[in-house]
Amino acid sequence: MKSSRRKFLQIAGLSALGWSICPSLLQASGHGGGEGGHGQGVRWAMAIDTRKLDDKLMEECVHACHSIHNVPKINSKQNIKWIWSAPFEKLFPGQMHKFLKEVPEEHTLALCNHCGNPSCVRVCPTKATFKRPDGIVMMDFHRCIGCRYCMAACPYGSRSFNFADPRRFLKEQNPDFPTRTKGVVEKCTFCAERLDEGKRPACVEAAKGAIYFGDLNDPHSEVRQVLKERYSIRRKPGLGTDPSVYYLI
Amino acid sequence: MYDGGKIIAGLAVFVLLFTFPFWYNVGNAAYTRPKLELPKEAKECVEKTEWMRAEHMQLLNHWRDEVVREGHREYKSMVAGKTFNKSLTKTCMKCHDNKEKFCDRCHNSLAVKPYCWDCHVAPKGEK
Repeated sequence: MKSSRRKFLQIAGLSALGWSICPSLLQASGHGGGEGGHGQGVRWAMAIDTRKLDDKLMEECVHACHSIHNVPKINSKQNIKWIWSAPFEKLFPGQMHKFLKEVPEEHTLALCNHCGNPSCVRVCPTKATFKRPDGIVMMDFHRCIGCRYCMAACPYGSRSFNFADPRRFLKEQNPDFPTRTKGVVEKCTFCAERLDEGKRPACVEAAKGAIYFGDLNDPHSEVRQVLKERYSIRRKPGLGTDPSVYYLI
Repeated sequence: MYDGGKIIAGLAVFVLLFTFPFWYNVGNAAYTRPKLELPKEAKECVEKTEWMRAEHMQLLNHWRDEVVREGHREYKSMVAGKTFNKSLTKTCMKCHDNKEKFCDRCHNSLAVKPYCWDCHVAPKGEK
């Protein structure tokens, strides 16, 4: 075959076209990146029994969490919370109607939902917030640059920002867990550090049976058993975030 | 050479200023490594002393990423074959229980300011 400049350019052009199309075709034929461990492995979840929780018990849960994780109490809008008690009408705005008598004023616990499809992870520009294979939406405080995109993205208000050095507001510090620093966002981590040691989350222990915890993918786990027996709801399910925190009604 | 005197004078001033750190320190005592207070009870560290002296920052960086991002919490030592918990406060500072007499002595004399302690709590509630 006689090679000419014209033929060479034709072949080069066709190969370039092929190279540009090939990767996108390969990607389209795949199933898309399946992150977050759904269907296999562990996926930690929580079921909060709203009937068993009273104000005192909730206070104990909040205290257990906040004292272990060095979460300061600041008496202003800049307060920081990992777990807190809130009225039903704030937690389940779509479920309320005017004929409900007592329920709207009643309080229950709220915390990070450790969503199966977390919006905070999608918006984080530094991957400081990421999803562990066991379903925990984890924060790497080292990487947080304090842009607060995650706070705007979270539909549950689960995140707090450190407007000032939190150590100023801490009376006691737990030396086994770091504090945060000014300019960092923080939230509940499902006690990832305790789970890695084989312990259960601090709030679950403090709740004395009012919070169930376990593996959502294990049909014999405590959570799955109680979800099978009782009616449960989740916060703002229509948003498609797939929360891992269930509320037993 | 035009303006030779000015150029040479300028060069002389430049060289003098550029070498200022060298002749300013002539006659001063040479840098000596600060004396560190070693833990009394523990005899061996995670790795050898020389290795730790040179590499502890990389080690801590790796530990941090492996623990927070991957959930791997066990470190296998290269010397003794022992395993340690990858934790600054729960492993390092359990033996080196005085930050001021250990970490700070070298860091201060070398003018490095690691920001570990902005968040991690030093033993005995030091700031």
